[in-house]
Amino acid sequence: MERKGFTCEAVEELSAYLDEPGWMRDFRLAAFEVYQSLPMPSLRDEAWRRTDIRPLQLDSIGPFLNGNHPSPGSPVVEPPAEVVAPLLAQETGGILVQVDGATVRCTLSEELGAQGVLFTDMHMAVREHGELVRSHFMRQAVPPTAGKFAALHAAFWRGGPFLYVPAGVDAGVPLVSLLWASAGRTFSHTLVVLEHGAQATLVTHLESRVGSGQALHNGAVELLLEDDTRLQYVAVQEWGSNVWQFTHERARLGRNADLEWVISSMGSRLSKSFQTVELDGAGASARMYGLLFADGSQHLDHDTQQNHNAPDTTSDLLFKVALKDRSRSVWQGMIRVLPAAQRTNGYQANRNLLLAETARADSIPGLEIEADDVRCTHGATVGQADEDQVFYLMSRGLPRPDATRLVVAGFFAEVMDRVPVLGARERLQAAIQRRI
Amino acid sequence: MRVFDSRLWLCYNAAARWAMERQRKRYGDVHAMLQVRNLHVSVDGQPILKGVNLVVRQGEIHALMGPNGSGKSTLAKALMGHPGYEVTAGEVTFKGQNLLEMAPDERSRRGLFLAFQYPVAIPGVSLANFLRTAINVRRKAADPDDKGLPIPEFRRFLKAKMDLLQMDHRFAGRYLNDGFSGGEKKRAEALQLAVLEPDIAVLDETDSGLDIDALRVVSEGVNALAGPDLGMLVITHYQRILNYIKPHFVHIMLDGEIVESGGPELALKLEERGYTWLEGKQNGRGSG
Repeated sequence: MERKGFTCEAVEELSAYLDEPGWMRDFRLAAFEVYQSLPMPSLRDEAWRRTDIRPLQLDSIGPFLNGNHPSPGSPVVEPPAEVVAPLLAQETGGILVQVDGATVRCTLSEELGAQGVLFTDMHMAVREHGELVRSHFMRQAVPPTAGKFAALHAAFWRGGPFLYVPAGVDAGVPLVSLLWASAGRTFSHTLVVLEHGAQATLVTHLESRVGSGQALHNGAVELLLEDDTRLQYVAVQEWGSNVWQFTHERARLGRNADLEWVISSMGSRLSKSFQTVELDGAGASARMYGLLFADGSQHLDHDTQQNHNAPDTTSDLLFKVALKDRSRSVWQGMIRVLPAAQRTNGYQANRNLLLAETARADSIPGLEIEADDVRCTHGATVGQADEDQVFYLMSRGLPRPDATRLVVAGFFAEVMDRVPVLGARERLQAAIQRRI
Repeated sequence: MRVFDSRLWLCYNAAARWAMERQRKRYGDVHAMLQVRNLHVSVDGQPILKGVNLVVRQGEIHALMGPNGSGKSTLAKALMGHPGYEVTAGEVTFKGQNLLEMAPDERSRRGLFLAFQYPVAIPGVSLANFLRTAINVRRKAADPDDKGLPIPEFRRFLKAKMDLLQMDHRFAGRYLNDGFSGGEKKRAEALQLAVLEPDIAVLDETDSGLDIDALRVVSEGVNALAGPDLGMLVITHYQRILNYIKPHFVHIMLDGEIVESGGPELALKLEERGYTWLEGKQNGRGSG
């Protein structure tokens, strides 16, 4: 199959193939103009100073237009059974399984459906709930202008879950989404809308096998929490080691909204993610937990922002990073407190565990505080596996690899305990064990 | 008759071999479980142990006493194989095999145990999870096909051991030594001793940092474990733990050497007269 580059014609072709309404086609075309107008990020840009993307052959990867899917909703490729089966075995309110952005399975419990909950793929949402999507899609949270890769995503996005929970509804049991990549190019979009007083738990898995050549994931995540809502969102990224990932992810929280966001990143060749919480309403509260484990020559770069835009807001970030071999992690975090955001509590901590002398962790915490009645702390540590801990465990009969495995599992436990879904937790634990 | 004789002989032979094998499995070399000969150990290039000789057999309780800095804890850590403790001369055999060639985990799996003076915390790893892992690596080493101790069986086993040490069962769910009080740490060490069932245990200053009540509970626990199958080396600065754990032998260490060995009366003598009467006994200069 001949690959096409990122062009205006390609945008038209994709939109026509997906049979989209005119507004979405126009939106994509406008975004593509933004993409063309923005320079490619380079090491001279502050946000990209530690992440070199020059080896990325973006144009030869190109967009995913139709691939091997004859028409929307009838894909040929299925994800491997061992990837899907554990998800189906869990108790969930609904499951969405996609391959390269096309849906192979989509279920939602009758009970949730009857309460007006929508859980489907983004294209179905655009076709059937156009106004609802249109009023939220890439407007409040991640506009195409957020960056070069946000604009590219806006022009070529494909697939991803749409979750809408109407006012006052508690969706209860978790909703689960899996995006399996087989064609080396994914552009999934996650959009969550919780209306006043709604509650939900969403777990998304991004997975692929290691393929040949460079692969791309250019995603966006938008979490929109109206007043008095509560969302637990767990994102598990386990791409093959040939994937270059670029994502823009942002949550907006209304009055007394509460967000718990777990970010697990263990796959990809290189990953650059912008993750932001906007505490817009008084009393809003967000906790962000990162669980990152890299090996080989992986490079994981997370750029986080906790923006306190209203009084009495709380944010708490804890990123735990373990690194093997020649892998590298960059975490750059900022807490911003606007003048109006009095009585704010903002915390951030980044703990790095280096399991090899050749691994490297850069940790850049930051505070920008314009209000005077605030409590903010930040801290970062970089350390090796504690030899005294390893010796202690060995003195009880554990061979060194088992001792190290237990120390690393212990290191991640603080974050792991925050994963609200048992199935996701087991999957993460297994992934950690494999990596050690 | 000749046929009968030969059968009897074969029978006897097989029985004797079976008994010996059983004994070896159970006790290894029964005559010298842990044998330390002329052990020299340096830390950061600084000689600390200067020729230690000691034999501890199963069923025996030895007390090793001495002032701070005399090298007692160095002996404990060197026996367990801490990488920071360099053996520069001498030998240590355990059940007839060279202990010094073994990695710490192998020493443990062969039946040596060290109750640490300062147990390290391992946040995120529960005591129960850790103990189950420790039991399972032992089973795996003995039988590579072992699937591990079933969880219900492990729970029953652990609860019984915790009861022995008068420990609240909820303790098993806490992270290993993380935020434990001094007494809790020592009790957790005693629990590990009870669970791992070693042949020889070294208790490094198990009494330090304990109030009288905690000392009594831990000592009673240790006493409950003592018996013909367990040899113990109780390292202590003070005599008071020996009010609870009665040693068969007492050794006194000064400046990296054992300068005096004797029966329980030696501890009392030390209590009365302090360490000063032993000065000048190093390097064979003393009268012994």
